[in-house]
Amino acid sequence: MAVKYLLMIYMNETLFESLTDDERNAVFAGHNEFMPKIQSSGEFIGTAALVSPTQSKTVRVRDGVTSATDGPYIETKEYLAGYYAVDCESLDRAIELAAMIPDASLTAIEVRPVMVESGLEI
Amino acid sequence: MSATGDGRQRIEDLLRDNAPRVLGVLVRRYGDFDECEDAVQEALLAASTQWPAHGVPDNPRAWLVTVAARRLTDQVRSDISRRRREETVAAMTPADGLVAPAPDDEPRSVDDDDTLTLLLLCCHPVLPLSSQAALTLRAVGGLTTAEIARAYFVPEPTMAQRISRAKQRIKTSGVRFEMPAEPELSQRLRVVLEVLYLIFNEGYTATSGASLARPDLTYEAMRLVRAVRDLRPNDGEVAGLLALMMLTEARRPARTGTDGELVPLDEQDRTKWDPTAIRDGPALVAATLPSGPVGPYQVQAAIAAVHAEASRASDTDWAQILSLYDLLTVLAPNPMVALNRAVAVAMVHGPRAGLDVLTSLDDDAQIGGHHRIDAVRGHLLEMSGKPAAARLAYDRAAQKTISVPEQRYLRSRAARLGPRA
Repeated sequence: MAVKYLLMIYMNETLFESLTDDERNAVFAGHNEFMPKIQSSGEFIGTAALVSPTQSKTVRVRDGVTSATDGPYIETKEYLAGYYAVDCESLDRAIELAAMIPDASLTAIEVRPVMVESGLEI
Repeated sequence: MSATGDGRQRIEDLLRDNAPRVLGVLVRRYGDFDECEDAVQEALLAASTQWPAHGVPDNPRAWLVTVAARRLTDQVRSDISRRRREETVAAMTPADGLVAPAPDDEPRSVDDDDTLTLLLLCCHPVLPLSSQAALTLRAVGGLTTAEIARAYFVPEPTMAQRISRAKQRIKTSGVRFEMPAEPELSQRLRVVLEVLYLIFNEGYTATSGASLARPDLTYEAMRLVRAVRDLRPNDGEVAGLLALMMLTEARRPARTGTDGELVPLDEQDRTKWDPTAIRDGPALVAATLPSGPVGPYQVQAAIAAVHAEASRASDTDWAQILSLYDLLTVLAPNPMVALNRAVAVAMVHGPRAGLDVLTSLDDDAQIGGHHRIDAVRGHLLEMSGKPAAARLAYDRAAQKTISVPEQRYLRSRAARLGPRA
């Protein structure tokens, strides 16, 4: 049965900046190829690319008071850079799709099922 | 004249009932399933806008056939290779096929056979499961692509692409629009039932508030199973599946609480169960039991019937349920059946015996590590008076499930047992 998965793309800025222009363009070209592939297979749900986390704000509500601070200033080298949401037949297929994303050859893609509203009777 | 709410529902039912029959007529006449299916979809859309405003024509099916045939001709004309194809259509069209048939011109048996042939085509094993379900809902169920997309929470272009790929796959694999002979027919019918059951389960959502615009897949699946039953009245498994769906659906009002949380079977307010379905479901199975070999859907319906017979959870005849699970284990062994059987074992022979069955499932390649094992383990540990271990099992299950209502249920179960150790 089809399950929805989020294919989360991790980015390593140091690594990405060390690439040549050609290598970087190959990554962009890879995304341009991947998109129509999952659209025409009827597996595409949505996608988003995120700007650098230096633009992030972290929001907290404490005792009813909202505060928004810059950051998080992440310690890790890799951060979430974007995602593809897909609806596919199996986890194996989701992994196959993740492997087609060019960033899989550079950093890593995290594949996680999306929670659904339905549940069988217990 | 403009249709009221009831009138609209009547028109919708009329369109959906006619969808497979009209498509059957067209495919028989013109052969190309893919293009005929598009043409019927357009005719249905035209009817859904025109009929509420101008009234339902005297012979709705003939109207739909005429409009769909005209759309098909338009498509063929606009095609680049129109000349060659027009010749083909003309050659394939019997002279009287160019005029709309008289109201009772179409023998009912032929139409009915077409519905089943269509179902078998849409559920053909060359297609992946999700495509089988989508194509069935569109070509046989008469739902629009937009409605199917909403039902499965995917964007409309995605669903359109899935359906169009499925139709291409049918075309390229050379699958024909014809009724297979036995024994293939019986095997293929099992696939149809499986797809309809999947559609039913997909629609069997725990919440209703967030998805008011979602077409009711449960209703659609039951409608299609009823159609199959009209065509195969003596097939025990078709009756069994319908009964299973009726009995499951009967519990719908009781299975979620006021905040949309799941209410397990033993805690449900049984006065909320639909008494008509509770009465008719078992009768349906009983009527077919003497007529042939017993199959897995009949046994599952029988299990649901035993639950339904108990007016209180404590009155449940677990010994009978266990013997039915034993039978199901022989007929259609699968890990989910084994898991449910573990519950029955616990209810008859005590939680310790049930937990032993669960341990044997932990290493199962298919179900080992499944959150339901831990969920059941939690229940049985709770029953045997081990709240700390039960809490751990519920927490593990909650981490693994991908269902929102199940997770809420498991977390609340765990929380009931006190703070984390």
